[in-house]
Amino acid sequence: MAKGNSFSAGKNRPARKPSPAHKQGATGTKSRLGDTLRGYIRHHRQVSVATLFRLLGDPVQTLMTSLVIAIALGLPAGLYVAVENLQQLGNRVKDTGQLSVFLKLGAKQAAIDSLQRELSNKPGVENVGYVSPQQALNEFQSVSGFGDVVSLLDENPLPAVLLVSYAENVDIVQLGELKNTLLQQAMVDDVRVDMEWVQRLQAILELGRKLALSLGLALSLGVLLIVGNTIRLAIENRRDEIIVVKLVGGTNAYVRRPFLYTGLWYGVLGGVIAWLVVTVGLVWLDDTVERLAGLYQSNFSLAGLGLRGLASLAAISATLGLLGAAIAVSRHLSALEPR
Amino acid sequence: MIQFDSISKRYPGGQDALSGVSFNLDAGEMTFLTGHSGAGKSSLLKLIMLMERPTHGQLLVNGKNLNRLHRSQVPFYRRNVGVVFQNHQLLFDRSVYQNVALPLLVSGYQPRDIGRRVRAALDKVGLLDKETQNPIALSGGEQQRVGIARAVVHKPKILLADEPTGNLDPELSAEIMQLFRQFCELGVCVLVATHDVDLISHMNCRNLKLDHGRLALDTGETRH
Repeated sequence: MAKGNSFSAGKNRPARKPSPAHKQGATGTKSRLGDTLRGYIRHHRQVSVATLFRLLGDPVQTLMTSLVIAIALGLPAGLYVAVENLQQLGNRVKDTGQLSVFLKLGAKQAAIDSLQRELSNKPGVENVGYVSPQQALNEFQSVSGFGDVVSLLDENPLPAVLLVSYAENVDIVQLGELKNTLLQQAMVDDVRVDMEWVQRLQAILELGRKLALSLGLALSLGVLLIVGNTIRLAIENRRDEIIVVKLVGGTNAYVRRPFLYTGLWYGVLGGVIAWLVVTVGLVWLDDTVERLAGLYQSNFSLAGLGLRGLASLAAISATLGLLGAAIAVSRHLSALEPR
Repeated sequence: MIQFDSISKRYPGGQDALSGVSFNLDAGEMTFLTGHSGAGKSSLLKLIMLMERPTHGQLLVNGKNLNRLHRSQVPFYRRNVGVVFQNHQLLFDRSVYQNVALPLLVSGYQPRDIGRRVRAALDKVGLLDKETQNPIALSGGEQQRVGIARAVVHKPKILLADEPTGNLDPELSAEIMQLFRQFCELGVCVLVATHDVDLISHMNCRNLKLDHGRLALDTGETRH
C-alpha cells in the first residue's frame, strides 16, 4: 500500500497485499501526519519560489501590472509624505501664540508704554515685548541682507511693534476678540495673529491627511480590482492544468495556492516600486526644497518614507495583492470543475 | 469494489443519461463498458469520478456511499482512482516526467518517492527514455501511454479509461489493452469504456453494454 496514500473512501481496504502501514499502527499514523505537514510546507516553499520565477520569467507583463499597483499606492503614499513634511514644518512654529501689534508711525512713546502695561495685565498674556522702529531696522539689516539698500533710505519706514506672547494652548477665538478691540485703538495700525496661519496649516494638514486616507482607500480598491483581474486571466490561461489537477485529486487549497502567491508577489513588487517612486521623487525635490528653505532662513529638509515606510508599504501592498487574488480565486476557481 | 445500485442520472435538460443501472465490479476484475455513443458510458464513468452525482440510486465504492461524500472529501477520494482519457489531457507546458508526477505532487509525496514511482510507471509503459521530452513531441500512442502512466503512478485501486484507444491503430490498441490487463492482474479494478468491438472479442473480459442509459447486457464475471 502506498505510503501517504490516505484512502478516505472506506475502512475495508482491499486485501491486495498485507499493508505495512496497517502493522505500524499508531506510529504509522504519526509519521504519515508528519509527512503530510512536511509535504504541506514543502509545497508552500516550492509554489512561492515557482510563482516568483514565473512572474520574473515574463518581466514586461509583471512590470506593467506591478507599475499600475505602484502608481495606485504611490499617489496616496506621496501625499502622505507631503502632509507629514508640512506637519514637521508646522511643528517648528507651533508654540508661537503671538500677536504682533503694529503701531502707527506717529504714535507717542507714553501712549505706547501705557498700551504695553494694559496688555501685560490681560489674563493669559505672558509677556509684552516692545520693538522700536530703530531695533526693527537693525534686525532687518542684519538678517535680510538688504543692509545697503536700507542705508539709502532717508528715514526709517518701519513702525514700532508690540509683541504680545501668550501662554501655550491659547484659544484662537480669544486672540481674535483681542485683535478686534486693539484695532479700534487710534494708534494701532494693524494686528497680526501669528498663530492663525499655524492653525490654518493644521486644518489644511488634517484635510490633506483625510484626503490621503480616502485616496488610499479608493486606490486600494483599485489595486484589489487590478490584481483580481490579473489573477482571473491567469486562471483562464491555466484552465487545462487546473482541471487535470482537480481530476487527479488536487484539493481546492492546492489549486488556489499558486494564484494566491502570484497575487502576493504582485503586491510586494508593486509596494517596493511605489516606495522607489516616492523616494526618487523626494530626492529630486529635496534640493529645491532646501534652497527654498534657505531663502526663509530655515534648514528644513524633506523626510522620506525610510525603511519602515518600505516595510509597511510592501506589507499593505502584499495584503491587498493577496486579498485581490483571494477574491478572484473564490469567484472563478469554483466554476472550474472537470466536466 | 464498485457497486451500482439502480443508479439513474438525469441532466438538467431532462434527458436521462442512465436509468436503473445495477452491477458490481470486484478488485482485480477487468470490465468493458460498451454501447453506442450517447448510451451513457461517459456519464457512468463520471459518476465514479464524482464529476457528476447520481439523481437516484446508491453508488458504493470500496464500501463507501459516494452520495454521502462531502465536496471537500472529493479530492481525497479521487486520489484512489486513476483515469485515462481519450484525449489524454496531458499538459504541454511541462515534460513527460512532470506530467506523470502530477498525481504524486498533488498528494504530497516525498520528492525521492516521486522520482522512484514516476520512473517505475514510465518503465511500465515503455517510455523511460522519454521522460525529459515534452509530450507534444510524442506520437499519439506514446501520449496515450504517458496518460496511462499518470493514471497508475499513484497505484490507484480503480482504473477508469474512456475510449483509451479511440485514436489508435489496432496494433497500438492491443498493446494498450495488454497494459490494462497487467494492472488488473495486480489487483486493480479496471473499467474501460470503448466502442471497439473487435478488441473486446479478443480480450475475453466481462462486458457491460449500455443502451439508451439502460444496462442491456452483462456477460458476468470473467476471471483471468
